[in-house]
Amino acid sequence: MAIHPPQQRIWWREPIEKMEVAWIAIAFVWGLVMFFTMIAWHFWGQQNLANEAYRVQPEAYVAKVEAMTEQYKVGEEGDTGIEVVHPPAGSDVYLLARLWQWWPVLELEKGKTYRLHLSSADWQHGFSLLPTNINIQVHPGYEMVVTVTPTETGEFSIVCNEYCGIGHHTMSGKIRVVESKGGK
Amino acid sequence: MVAVTGVDVGRKPLAPSFRTCAVTGLRVEANAERLIKANAVAGVLFLALGGLFGLLVALTRWPAIHLLPAEWFYLILTAHGANVLLFWIIFFEIAVLYFASTTLLNCRLPAPKVAWAGFALMVIGAVVTDIAVFQGESTVMFTSYPPMMAKPHFYLGLILFAVGALVGCGIFFAALVVAKEEKTYNGSIPLVTFGALTAAIIAVFTIASGAIILIPTFLWSLGYISHIDPLMYKVVWWAMGHSSQQINVSAHVAIWYAIAAIVLGAKPLSEKVSRTAYLMYILFLQLASAHHLLVEPGISSEWKIVNTSYFMYLAVLGSMIHGMTVPGAIEAAQRKRGFNKGVFEWLRKAPWSNPAFAGMFLSLVMFGFIGGISGVVLGTEQLNILMHNTIYVPGHFHGTVVAGTTLAFMAATYLLIPLFFKRELVLKKLAQWQPYLFGIGAGGISLFMMGAGTLGVPRRHWDITFSDAPMGTEFSAAAYLMLGLNGICAVLAAAGGIAYILVVVGSILFGKRIPDGQPKPASAPQPAVTQYGNAGTLHLPGTLVLVGIFFLSFVLYYYVNWKYLAQLWPLR
Ligand code: HEM
Ligand SMILES: [Cu+2]
Ligand SMILES: [Cu+2]
Repeated sequence: MAIHPPQQRIWWREPIEKMEVAWIAIAFVWGLVMFFTMIAWHFWGQQNLANEAYRVQPEAYVAKVEAMTEQYKVGEEGDTGIEVVHPPAGSDVYLLARLWQWWPVLELEKGKTYRLHLSSADWQHGFSLLPTNINIQVHPGYEMVVTVTPTETGEFSIVCNEYCGIGHHTMSGKIRVVESKGGK
Repeated sequence: MVAVTGVDVGRKPLAPSFRTCAVTGLRVEANAERLIKANAVAGVLFLALGGLFGLLVALTRWPAIHLLPAEWFYLILTAHGANVLLFWIIFFEIAVLYFASTTLLNCRLPAPKVAWAGFALMVIGAVVTDIAVFQGESTVMFTSYPPMMAKPHFYLGLILFAVGALVGCGIFFAALVVAKEEKTYNGSIPLVTFGALTAAIIAVFTIASGAIILIPTFLWSLGYISHIDPLMYKVVWWAMGHSSQQINVSAHVAIWYAIAAIVLGAKPLSEKVSRTAYLMYILFLQLASAHHLLVEPGISSEWKIVNTSYFMYLAVLGSMIHGMTVPGAIEAAQRKRGFNKGVFEWLRKAPWSNPAFAGMFLSLVMFGFIGGISGVVLGTEQLNILMHNTIYVPGHFHGTVVAGTTLAFMAATYLLIPLFFKRELVLKKLAQWQPYLFGIGAGGISLFMMGAGTLGVPRRHWDITFSDAPMGTEFSAAAYLMLGLNGICAVLAAAGGIAYILVVVGSILFGKRIPDGQPKPASAPQPAVTQYGNAGTLHLPGTLVLVGIFFLSFVLYYYVNWKYLAQLWPLR
C-alpha cells in the first residue's frame, strides 16, 4: 500500500498500466496543445499584451501626463473637476495611477489605434477596464506602453484591482470612446 | 510545558519509546507523537482564527451585509491570508512530514530538542506577525508588495516562522537518514513518504526564496536599504508564494494516497508512475512565479510562455497523473472487494459516511475540477488579461487550497486522532456531515468568486458600489448575486469549519480512550490489490469515465475563455 515500502524493491522496473500510459499520453499532448495555443495567438490573435516598457522616474512620468493634459484638455468630467483629454487619434496617450485616482479622463475615438502609457506615481495599482475586462498591473518606476484599439463607443470605467491602501475602493477613472471625427 | 517532556526524552536518544496503535497497527515513537500533536493542534488553532476572519471578509463582500468598516476589512483580510495560508497550512504540513517519516518508516524522531526549537520559532513568528497586523500599521495584505510598507516586526515574524519551518524540514530529512541507517524499514520508502519528501524538497527552495526577498524587505522597513524594486520583489516573492502552493499539493496528494490506503487498503496502480509524477513537481515548478506576472510591465512574452507552460505543462501533467491514479487505486481496491457491478458500483458503495474518505474524495474532485482547471486558465499568458486581480483569483485558489488542501488535511485529522491522541471521535454524526458541509461551502465560495471575477469584480475591494468615489462603475445584478451566494457559501463553510473544530477538540478532550495495541510483527496488513498494475486482472472503467469527464470540461472551459478573450479590444 501507499503507506508501506513498495512491494518491488526496485520500483522503476515495474510495468506501467496501459490505461496509465494512455492517460499520460493524452495529458502530455494536451499540454503541448495549450503551449502552442499561446504561441499561435501571438501570430493570429488580436489580444496580446505588449512587451514594451521603460524605466521611468515617477516625477518624470507625472510631468508627461500633465503636459498631455495641458495640451489636449477639452473640458471637465461632470462636477468632479477632473480634466477630460481628447488627444489626437492614433497618438501617444498617458494615464496616471495615483492615490486614489486614474488621471485624467481620456476621450478616444472608436477604431483608432493609440499607444496607451501606464505608470504609477506612488504605489502599485491595478488597471481594470470595465465592462470590457482588460486588467493590467501598474508599477511605479515602470512605464508600460499598450497599443490598443477601442472597438465600441461608450463610457468605460477604470477601477483599481490592486490593493493600494485605505482609499483603494474609491480609486476610479474613465475612458470615453466616441465616434471617429473622420480622417485616418 | 510540552517542550520540557520533549527535552527529557531527548537525553536518551538511544532508547526511543514506541507504542503500537490498536487501530492501524502503526508504531508511534513518543517524541514524534508529541511533536505531531503540537504542530497539528497549533495548525487547527490558526485555522479556527483564520477561518473566522475569512467569514468576516466574505460577509463584508456581500453587498447586502457589508459587515466591517473599510479599515477593518483590509486589516482582517491581511490577517486572513497570513493565518490560513501560511500558519494553518504549514503547521499542519510539519505534522504531516513528521508522520510520513517517523511513523511510516517506523523510526524515532532525531534531535527532538531542535524540533521543539523549530516549533517555538514558528509559534513566536506567527504571533509576532499577528500582533503587527492587529496593531494596525501593517495592513499590506500577506503579499506585502512594496512600495507599500509594513512595520518591521511584520516581516520579522514571517522570517522567524520560515526559519522554524526550515528546521522542521531538516528534522524530516534527518529522520529519513536515521531510518535508513538504523534499517527500520525494508526496500524503498513508501509512496506517501516519497510525496512528503517531494514537499520537503520544494519547501527548502521555497524558504530560500522567501529569505532572499523578506530579509532585504525587513531591512528596508528598518531604513537600512533605500529601495526595493517592486517588480523584482514580485518575481522573487512568488518564487516563494507559488512554490509553497506546490508544497501543499504534494502534501495533500500524499494524504489522498494515505487515506485511500488506510481506509480501503488501496494500493497505487503503479509505484513508478505515481513517483514520477511527484518528481515532475520538483523538476518543473520552480519558475512558476511567472504566472503571477503575466500582466506586469517589462517582462517578455517568451519568458512568460516558457515559464508558465513549465516547459509544456509538465507539472500540470504530474497533477493530472495523480488525478487518475488516486481514483484508479480506489476503484481497483473496491473492485477487489467485490464491488464489481457496472461502471460505478465501487464509487456508490464507497465508505461515504467515513469522514476521512468523504473528505478525501471531495478534495480530489474539487481540487481537480475547480482549482486545477481554473489555475491553468488563469496561468495562460493572454487569458490572464481577462481576470488578473479580479476576485476570480481568490476563487481559483480557494478551489486549490481550501476545497483541496484544507479539506484533505481535515480528512486526515480523523485518522490522526485515534492514532496519536488515542481517542475515538466524539459527535460521530456531526463528523460524518462535516466534509460535505465544509466541502460544499468551500466549493461554493470558489465558484461564486470565480463567477463574480468573470464579471470584473476586483479582489481585495471594500465597496463595489463605489459610493465614495467620484466616478465609479456599475456592476451587473449578476455580480451582486454572485457575491451574495458567495456569502451564503461562506456561512456553510464556516459551519463546516466549526463542526470540524468541535469534533477535533471534543475528541481530543473527551473521546473514549483507545488502549495501546500489541506490537505486531512489521508485516504489512494485506493490501486489497495484491499484484502491481491491473493488467489482466481488473479494468477500471469508472476511473476512465471520471477522467474523461474531467478532460472534456478542461478543454471546453479553456477554449470558452479564448473565445471570450477574442472579444476584447485589440491589444498589442
Ligand atoms: C470559512 C472559510 C473561508 C472563507 C469564507 C474564505 C473567504 C475568503 C474571501 C471572501 C476572501 C477575499 C477575497 C477578496 O476580497 O479579495 C478570501 C481571501 C483569501 N483566502 Fe479565504 N476563506 C476561507 C478559508 C480560507 C482558507 C482555509 C485558506 C487557506 C488555506 C484561505 C486563503 C485565502 C487567501 C490566501 C486569501 C487572499 C488574501 C489576500 O488577498 O491577501 N481562505 N477568503
Ligand atoms: Cu490603486
Ligand atoms: Cu487599488
